[in-house]
Amino acid sequence: MKAFARAVWVVTRKDLLIETRTREILFTTVFFALACVLVFAFGFVKEGRPMEDVAAGILWIAIAFSGTLALGRAFERERQGETLRALLIAPIDRPALYLGKLLGILILLAAVEILIVPLVALMFQAALFDHALIMVALLVAGTLGFAAVGTLFAAMLVRTRSRDVMLPVLLYPLTVPVIIAGVRGTAALLQQPADLPMARAWLSFLLFFDIVFLTISLWTFEPVMTE
Amino acid sequence: MLNRLFVPLAVVAAAMFAYAPFMILNAPYEATMGLVQKIFYFHASAGMGLFLAAFVSGIGSAVFLFTRKPAADRVAVAGAELTVMLGLIVLVTGPLWARKAWGVWWQWDARLTSTLVMWMIFNAYLLLRRYGGPGSDRLAAAVSLFGMANVPFVYWSVNVWRTLHPTTSVIPSLKPGMRGPFWFCVVAFLLVSTLILMVRTELEKRRQELDELYLAVED
Amino acid sequence: MSLDFNQLRIVDVSRTFGRRRALNKVSLTAGAGTMTALLGHNGAGKSTLLSIAATLLQASSGRVAYGDIDAATGGSALRARIGLLGHDLYLYPELTAGENLEFFAKVYGLDGIARRVAAALERAGLTDRRDDTVAGFSRGMRQKLALERALIHEPRLLLLDEPFTGLDEAARSALRDRLRVAREAGAIIILTTHDTAAIEGLTDATATLVDGRLAA
Repeated sequence: MKAFARAVWVVTRKDLLIETRTREILFTTVFFALACVLVFAFGFVKEGRPMEDVAAGILWIAIAFSGTLALGRAFERERQGETLRALLIAPIDRPALYLGKLLGILILLAAVEILIVPLVALMFQAALFDHALIMVALLVAGTLGFAAVGTLFAAMLVRTRSRDVMLPVLLYPLTVPVIIAGVRGTAALLQQPADLPMARAWLSFLLFFDIVFLTISLWTFEPVMTE
Repeated sequence: MLNRLFVPLAVVAAAMFAYAPFMILNAPYEATMGLVQKIFYFHASAGMGLFLAAFVSGIGSAVFLFTRKPAADRVAVAGAELTVMLGLIVLVTGPLWARKAWGVWWQWDARLTSTLVMWMIFNAYLLLRRYGGPGSDRLAAAVSLFGMANVPFVYWSVNVWRTLHPTTSVIPSLKPGMRGPFWFCVVAFLLVSTLILMVRTELEKRRQELDELYLAVED
Repeated sequence: MSLDFNQLRIVDVSRTFGRRRALNKVSLTAGAGTMTALLGHNGAGKSTLLSIAATLLQASSGRVAYGDIDAATGGSALRARIGLLGHDLYLYPELTAGENLEFFAKVYGLDGIARRVAAALERAGLTDRRDDTVAGFSRGMRQKLALERALIHEPRLLLLDEPFTGLDEAARSALRDRLRVAREAGAIIILTTHDTAAIEGLTDATATLVDGRLAA
């Protein structure tokens, strides 16, 4: 068990090391998320005032889009130099490899969200932090669900043709429940007065989704990655 | 496999589909929608066939991923193609019905939306198999498995999402006279679905045998 | 946990991809302390055979045995005794030479990492470049580092895919010397190449693949 945890951490630490050195994925993802938010703003702000519920939707779409991009780029790194092959031939347990990559992606997306969420709150006059604890819980649970499925598929597509377009084509339909739950949960918090039971219901849904799909991903990572 | 049963079952299915329009014609009219509602018999039955096909594909994929049995993969492909086909039927008949009954083509109805998502997932399955290059049979199997596992989540979340807003697209509860034709159509669709799965699996088996023959020629 | 073997036996291995047979009943045996060259043109099946020997690819039929251990049952303990070096070198360009070696040493669960990394850098002649990122290295330097990375866990089976490509004569000579050292230490070395001149006087045995079959 301890060896497993150590293996996970070795992989995550390596990804974080590369990222802190270049900050390439972090910066580009943050600016991409910002660009998303901007584009949606032009679509949904009428007469200088944002339409209702728009902040919740825009936030989660920005997370989904930039998350997909970050996933693709993170695995593109393992494709250069074919280092993913080197990791597959190492005695590391496949599930540990999966969790290590997942943890790295989660930390990266957390950094992106720390910047984007306040920005959305500001630009759309959305009181996202009135119930900060539940909001953060929704963000964590939602990002985890998205990333759990995304890490498996991004890893699986590393050597596939048309992988850049296949990742969103596969990921978006499969993460529809996460988007719905995230948006509706956030919207419930933004209502005046906030609908806390509804938000909590969506949070429980997200946690259930996370458990189920994390389990399925751990289970299928090995057969999917061996040829 | 069930080869001997195939022809008799196909005849039965054909007969059922030939008779179905008469049953539907004689079924009672629904109070508010009138004639238009009768599209429901095929629409809902196709929907049931669709979920059956999706589950068959998902289970076949799971078996294939963990045992590498080619037979499981054949079933998975057959199920996925059937899902896409029945999905198309549901997604075309649905809006046709909605347009005539409620005036709008699409209304983010819970069932239609869930069907759309499922349809897209299995489209992605077929795209991956076709354009993914070598090894995409395993990858697509993962997609199918995730798709199947996703069904309850998509359905539940879209349902709750939709009931928060007032909606007019509630499927009416079945009047007694409607149940007969409804279940008749359901059985007909499920029968045809099963037959199509059998044929498609067999076709895939022949394709693989052809590959093996190609290889044998080289020896 | 520690597993070892003295012989690699590939018995009647075939591998098909759809309608294409990449390998056709190939058999090969190599013992400890020997170096075997796998020759053949591009597309002959050399890389496929190497991937199968590395347990990264499953054979469609046939057996691969590492001593008494079968490829299917070896698991991660078997992988710990195998070293692979591909054409793409398996290095992270954003990390330094030292960090690359450290990472893989940790992944292989080795002890005394600092000592091993220092020794590996020494053998590669890159001790003064320890803290420089690999992105700035020449092909020859990367090759040397990559080879040390592949050898850092002292694998019993060392598989190299076209290791002489893109190297100048000095680098080739250094590579030959390094391989000889590994062979002395008892490794089973299999390398693929389409350049027969590079391996003259180096290998103990050669096998030639033509269209997936072993030529006599």
